[in-house]
Amino acid sequence: MFSNASNFVHGVDNAFLIILGISFFFLITLTGAMIYFVVRYNRKRNPHATQIKDSTWLEVTWTTIPLLLVLLMFYVGWAGFLPMRQVPKNAMHIKAIGKMWKYTFEYEGNKQSDTLVVPLNKAVKIDLFSMDVLHGFSIPAFRIKEDMVPYKKNYTWFIPGEKGDYDLFCTVYCGVSHSYMYGVVRVVDADYFDKWLAKLPVKKADTNRGFKTLEKNGCLACHSIDGSKLVGPSFKGLYGSSVEVSTAGTTHKVTADSTYIKSSILEPDKDIVTGYPQGVMKSYKGLLTEKDIELVNEYLKTLK
Amino acid sequence: MSKATEKIEYVSYLDHQSKYKGIFAWIFATDHKRIGLLYMYAIAAFFVIGAFLGLAMRIELIAPGETIMKPQTYNGIFTVHGIIMIFMVVIPGLSAVFGNFFLPILIGAKDVAFPKLNRFSWWIFMVGSAMAVASQLLKSGPPDTGWTFYAPYSTTTGTNVIMATTAAFVLGFSSILTGLNFIVTIHQMRAPGMKFFNMPLFPWAIYATAWIQLLATPIIGITLVMLIAERLFGIGFFDPALGGDPLLYQHLFWIYSHPAVYVMILPAMGVISEIIPTFCQRKIYGYKAIALSSLAIAGVGFLVWGHHMYTSGMSENARWFFSLLTFIVAVPSAIKVFNWLATMYKGSIDMQPPFLYALEFIFLFIIGGTTGLILGSVATDVQVHDTSFVVAHFHYIIFGGMGFAFFAAIHYWLPKMYGRMYNLKRAKILSVVIFVGFNLLYFPQFIIGIQGMPRRYYDYLPQFQWAQVISTIGGFILVAGLLAMISNLIMGVRKGEIAPANPWQGSTLEWQIPSPPSLENFDEEIEIKENPYDYK
Repeated sequence: MFSNASNFVHGVDNAFLIILGISFFFLITLTGAMIYFVVRYNRKRNPHATQIKDSTWLEVTWTTIPLLLVLLMFYVGWAGFLPMRQVPKNAMHIKAIGKMWKYTFEYEGNKQSDTLVVPLNKAVKIDLFSMDVLHGFSIPAFRIKEDMVPYKKNYTWFIPGEKGDYDLFCTVYCGVSHSYMYGVVRVVDADYFDKWLAKLPVKKADTNRGFKTLEKNGCLACHSIDGSKLVGPSFKGLYGSSVEVSTAGTTHKVTADSTYIKSSILEPDKDIVTGYPQGVMKSYKGLLTEKDIELVNEYLKTLK
Repeated sequence: MSKATEKIEYVSYLDHQSKYKGIFAWIFATDHKRIGLLYMYAIAAFFVIGAFLGLAMRIELIAPGETIMKPQTYNGIFTVHGIIMIFMVVIPGLSAVFGNFFLPILIGAKDVAFPKLNRFSWWIFMVGSAMAVASQLLKSGPPDTGWTFYAPYSTTTGTNVIMATTAAFVLGFSSILTGLNFIVTIHQMRAPGMKFFNMPLFPWAIYATAWIQLLATPIIGITLVMLIAERLFGIGFFDPALGGDPLLYQHLFWIYSHPAVYVMILPAMGVISEIIPTFCQRKIYGYKAIALSSLAIAGVGFLVWGHHMYTSGMSENARWFFSLLTFIVAVPSAIKVFNWLATMYKGSIDMQPPFLYALEFIFLFIIGGTTGLILGSVATDVQVHDTSFVVAHFHYIIFGGMGFAFFAAIHYWLPKMYGRMYNLKRAKILSVVIFVGFNLLYFPQFIIGIQGMPRRYYDYLPQFQWAQVISTIGGFILVAGLLAMISNLIMGVRKGEIAPANPWQGSTLEWQIPSPPSLENFDEEIEIKENPYDYK
């Protein structure tokens, strides 16, 4: 009756069934009793209430039974969860990196992929990293979820039991495109996986330091380098172009030179480019040095 | 009522002339009843604003992709909706409105212990609320962090986080001072002869709540100050890039915000414990169990905050420990429900609007409570944490619980507060409309939550749309019902029939005095009963 998408489904769904079963039992019996009393002891039918003395025996009963039931529910919940923290020693390690608003997966040998491809029936340990703020790592079909916390080594693991594509959601609010932070988990045959991994290119070390600065600080999540419109304006062809901005409510044109780029990095809300909202970008004052900004400017010049 | 014993001429608190005139007779009032009404008018206005923001989100979510707004606007709206509803409506809600108005009356007192401090608390509340509203309108745009202000996003986003957190900080002081005032009032101001176990159950609930307000609120205060210091001066408390720890923020935030849930729900349970005996004409079953379970919930409620953090990377020991305590705190809530039902047994039930709301409360509270078990159990929480399941659970407890209890309370006490009665038949119909709209809105969110639909999502995958459509329809029914309910109450206050002093045959002290009460509540001798719910 349980799906076999991962090794945790059985334990988790078992806890769901037991707790939901107890919950429905109480909801139905208590609501039923309530409706019965309202009809049976309606003032028209029962003009005079009967006063009843408290019974210690009854009070003790309906304290003890719920107490035993909640202890049972606690136990099945804990039993279903515990395996999620017991990673087998031979598990394959994959590094999942969350960055506003994209997941990247690093396999052994410095290989990188945007899709999480995993082999069927093999234990996989996912080491969770975040480059900026909190993100979530939730695969509902596998019944797993763990937060990605910057500078904290969180992890999750699973053994996928059925081939197919599964949704991966970011569950911790992380800014304007939180709902677009989505990934695909693809479970494939072990043979196929080996071939796929062999073909996966090794991460290119982009030699441009300006580009690296942009990548490291998450700038490219909002500003594309290929002209496509994301949250903020694209970097392509930006340098030296004429930009329409609004400063303190008045619209005017400025040339996107080094001074403009620098002020946009340090005081993003000063000049707002027409068509984009205010207050979305944080200031990078203190996060980027003068040298970094110079490198960024040099790089932007190359993006014709 | 014998006229011979009447010593002082009766003047309603609404007609009483003080040295201040016009609007100042309200703003400068120290009468607990006027302050209660001031809170109510402000909170009602905020509630309507918050409800419309909620409806705007529901319209946006009726279809995947952009419907009526951009993502940044949506993120601002869910944050503002949360801040208004939590800090300006639900936390003060029952305690500030009905606690102020009825706590002194129910214990036979003329006023709260510190009337001027009470007035000051309302002023602080209004200043904090004005700041919260300002944070939405100022230049950098509304905060976009969610009402939880999780770091490090909240320490780095460019929006008005400082103004919003300062507002929450200021509002916290109003809550602390109100709690302090009520604790002293209950200890010092009870009428002669009224012992703790002669008090009605609403004062008991307010008492437990007040301790939480007094002890827990300073923690959120200091946490928000730390957040502000981090933003302004770059002190690294929470942002790991500065050497801080984001989990520290979550711990501090929930050490307050989980007990705060009991600030919201305990007075609601108190209201229900008042209404049920009146409309059943029965002594409440298990008086002591209900009174003490309020204290038990308040006490254990301080130790369960970690259940908000099962997936945060907290240690395994912390996870099972918090799970166990969370399950334990469910028991006193269950005891209350059993006692309420036992009170209906062999009662003489008069199905009036307050009682109808109380029944709806019990139903919604059972759903909210049992789905809380799903969230308290670690394995199932991992699946539904940060999904729309949590959104639904939370609204069932807070809106279905506190909200419906507030509606029950206003329908119960309005004839006492204003001396007039609203249209009873219309009130019953609207109660059902609101109940139906509520369930249509929130129940589908449980189902897609289990399937994995994350919360705080501007956009979603097509497989979740069926539930979003039902929810949005429910949202329209709910808001329409709420507006009609408010207008029915306003019409009652203005033009309703004159209400008798005790329209529901209640047995507690407020029903022994005229409607509306006089300035000092008790112009005549009152009888303190051994059991406040002494029906023959």
